[in-house]
Amino acid sequence: MDFRKVDSIIGQHGNRESEVISILQDIQQEKNYLAKEVLEHVAEKMTIPLARVYRIATFYNVFSLKPRGRHLINVCLGTACHVRGGERILEKLERDLKVVRGETTKNQRFTLETVHCLGCCSLGPVMVVDGKTFGRLNQNTVGKLLRDFD
Amino acid sequence: MIAFTIDGVGVEAEEGSTILPVALENGFEIPHLCYHEEVSPYGACRLCLVEVERGGRRRLTASCTYPVQEGIQVFTDTEKVQRARRMIVELLLARCPDRVVLQELASQMGIEKPGFTLRQEECILCGLCERVCREVVGANAISFFSRGYKRDMGPPFRDPKACIACGACVYVCPVDCIKMEETAEERTIVRWERTLKMKKCTVCDRSFAPWYQLEYIKERAKLPKDFLDICPDCRG
Amino acid sequence: MKIRTSQDFQRIREKGLKRLYPKRVRVKVGMATCGISTGAAEVYDALREEVNKEKLDIVVGQTGCIGFCQQEPIVDIQEFGKPRVLYGEMTPKKAVQLVSGWFDGEVRPKWALCRFDEERNILTGDLYAHISNGVPKKMEKIPRYHEIPFYREQVKIALRNCGFIDPESIEEYVAIGGYRSLWHILSNMKPEEVIEEVKRSGLRGRGGGGFPTGVKWELCRKAKGDVRYVICNADEGDPGAYMDRSVLEGDPHSVLEGMVIGAYAIGAHEGYIYVRDEYPLAVQKLRAALNRAEEYGLVGQDILGTGFDFSIKINKGGGAFVCGESTALMASLEGNVGEPRAKHIHTVESGLWEKPSNLNNVETWANIPVIIARGSDWFAKIGTERSKGTKVFSLVGKVSNTGLVEVPMGITLREIVYDIGGGIPGGRRFKAVQTGGPSGGCIPESLLDLPVDFDRLTEVGSMMGSGGMIVMDEANCMVDVAKYFINFLRDESCGKCTSCREGTQRMYEILDDITEGRGKRGDIERLEELGWVVRETSLCALGGTAPNPVLSTIKYFRDEYEAHIEEKRCPAGVCKALIQYTIDPELCTACGRCRKDCPSDAISGAKKVPHTIDQEKCIKCGMCIEACKFDAVTVQ
Repeated sequence: MDFRKVDSIIGQHGNRESEVISILQDIQQEKNYLAKEVLEHVAEKMTIPLARVYRIATFYNVFSLKPRGRHLINVCLGTACHVRGGERILEKLERDLKVVRGETTKNQRFTLETVHCLGCCSLGPVMVVDGKTFGRLNQNTVGKLLRDFD
Repeated sequence: MIAFTIDGVGVEAEEGSTILPVALENGFEIPHLCYHEEVSPYGACRLCLVEVERGGRRRLTASCTYPVQEGIQVFTDTEKVQRARRMIVELLLARCPDRVVLQELASQMGIEKPGFTLRQEECILCGLCERVCREVVGANAISFFSRGYKRDMGPPFRDPKACIACGACVYVCPVDCIKMEETAEERTIVRWERTLKMKKCTVCDRSFAPWYQLEYIKERAKLPKDFLDICPDCRG
Repeated sequence: MKIRTSQDFQRIREKGLKRLYPKRVRVKVGMATCGISTGAAEVYDALREEVNKEKLDIVVGQTGCIGFCQQEPIVDIQEFGKPRVLYGEMTPKKAVQLVSGWFDGEVRPKWALCRFDEERNILTGDLYAHISNGVPKKMEKIPRYHEIPFYREQVKIALRNCGFIDPESIEEYVAIGGYRSLWHILSNMKPEEVIEEVKRSGLRGRGGGGFPTGVKWELCRKAKGDVRYVICNADEGDPGAYMDRSVLEGDPHSVLEGMVIGAYAIGAHEGYIYVRDEYPLAVQKLRAALNRAEEYGLVGQDILGTGFDFSIKINKGGGAFVCGESTALMASLEGNVGEPRAKHIHTVESGLWEKPSNLNNVETWANIPVIIARGSDWFAKIGTERSKGTKVFSLVGKVSNTGLVEVPMGITLREIVYDIGGGIPGGRRFKAVQTGGPSGGCIPESLLDLPVDFDRLTEVGSMMGSGGMIVMDEANCMVDVAKYFINFLRDESCGKCTSCREGTQRMYEILDDITEGRGKRGDIERLEELGWVVRETSLCALGGTAPNPVLSTIKYFRDEYEAHIEEKRCPAGVCKALIQYTIDPELCTACGRCRKDCPSDAISGAKKVPHTIDQEKCIKCGMCIEACKFDAVTVQ
């Protein structure tokens, strides 16, 4: 595996141990997810025990140790969205995409995740796909919105 | 020296101490699981709770992490303490019903059966194994991973390659869930699925330590290549 | 170019004023996350295209969230000499029609939310009048900002600039008095004097703790050691709360200025802003603002030429609610997992890297420049005896006017929900308002006249928290709400201590049983006992406050719990295992829409035959309710 980009990211953060979370975030941005080999390389390069890197990578929600789909869907399950039926939107997507929350579709097209509050509470229920926010959802429209993402 | 009281009895301790070790030294029995004098205190199991009165206010707090202060009053067995301890034991027992240590604690408190659906875990997530591996041995072979009710303990990716099978974690586990097995040829730390070949002494031909552990020690202490080829008995 | 003299400041101020109040037509589109998620970007693009195409003499720009999120996308038009007008629920088409007809005198009063004849600058006290010749006839019917119910009782201090300035323009920030407070304290006040001012103002932490800010600063300053840190907690994790996001997206300089003032008072030279990962736009605006502030010498080395150094670093969170807790946040900044530690030794004495650290919330920092500018006496006149100033609330859920509201402490919940919020839509009845996020509790109708105040809310089993205010109506089940919060907390628990990790999980199991029809007598008492233990024995405040939603709903809505347990009935019609969807044959027109949409083929019927739902197959997804235009589907 080519670790040049990984090394470059580590270097940009000054190879500082306190920056390991930001480093992993940037690496995941680049490589879609955090593979075992990548984490082993980071541990070696930064002289941090692998056990510690693994602990950090499994603690924070933002990290995925499994490959993610081409498009990341984040359905908001914050209180305001819940009170306005956010759970129903999630269930509709689970039915349509034939996955359970947290999983990726077989064709690697979508990863369906949940998040607790995106901060658009007035427009609930809300979801974000590839960084684009969609508000005022209902079960009928949500399926159609995904058609734009190949 | 800092003077304070435990259950009305005056005690003294050095600045920087925490309540639990001082209480134990002075003969007070405070149940505890995640505390061990050889590693830093963690405050995870919540069993060592006591009530501390300071400045007229009383609080339930973990005695293993509370720094001693002049004039505080510690109470180890009040109604509140008992009520809290009881539920903590019940919760731990519901998580790990087969652990003898927990069963004994429960029966001492008169808990027959936990009022929750039983899980079948063995580990109480006290972290002692990880702390001894990191702070004392320095192998960093295991760690906590995941979060919340999914939290667990083990080697990263279930790959125990950093483990030197020294057995420190086996020794320190308060609920005896890390087992070690040995044959003439191999030693296994069962929980971490780590099996290492034992090295034979060049003099008496008996296995005395895992070869990987010896390599680790030689590297860390910068010892000559053949320094640990002879077992301690033969060297003596 | 670094600002060094008051002439430098004046030059930038003038530039900013020209931008804010140009002698032409200025159009601003609200482009915070709430605006963008309803299509503000498309509105903005359409406007720019139209202006370019028709060569209109209009400058199009962006602004933050003005708080009336229900009405987004919001477009604001300001023609020199005329009132500034806000338009709500704009679409690209409507926006284009608006500007193209503007010079013909078409102001579209039906689309307008309100108008500003003048604007009071809360920082300087100045009044800027938009109009010189009276109000144009066509605008007379548009209500004024201070007359409309949503804004009438609001007093904007933390949100003072959101929706008014372009957050990416430091010139505009300076033009409305920004960085003047910083200049003042560096030139005229000693650090101890700054601390005294903040103490006298009575400002209490706006993140949830409510600790007196000035006292915290003083403790940090007095702590032993040479190195100190100043930190901004922007990890706004309470679901339903987005006040901090709006400040960061709409007025990031207010936070930066607050932090520099605080750093000077405390004696810190390094600062951190910890922003949650779920707020990419806020991070971007903050980074842009920080760059500009550094260019102008307002942050960094030798600030304003006074020799005072203070640099700020922005860190992103990793998606963990527990990192909003101060010790967990600091652990995360150090590159560790966000596991809290017991606070026997406070973070003001030993925090980040064991150095004295002062952590404050975004909203707290945003208040500082105003307190310095207007004085502690002015600030202390607002609010109640023990809760001074204003508080920003995110008023969301089952309420007509959802959005961000900033009100003086002491206003009642009833006034917020009904006067500002416009009451419950759809003719439904108020049931409860949840305050304080997952650490707070539900407040029933009988307590609606409670004044909003740190201590009063805590007395009734809730808390102010960060300011989330979620309104619920009769169609919300309080047991379901309790389960929702406990589920959130057990997910977000770091898992370190037995009490929180095992306790929240077991509380969840009991609540799940209750909502699934498996509740048993004694469950409520069990929940109360578990609640006591988790609250009293958890290591940190996440566990310490986790039982609040459960305990407060048991306190005020015990009858609902009992209905679920004893009668296996959900009065609100929410808990799936306890309800049935049926089609009323009198209302059904046999249009077949529900049958088509049903994902489990549970509906049968034919043309002219009223449809029926097969209860065995029904998964209670609610698609039939969405589909039916005759309200024929009922929930029992």
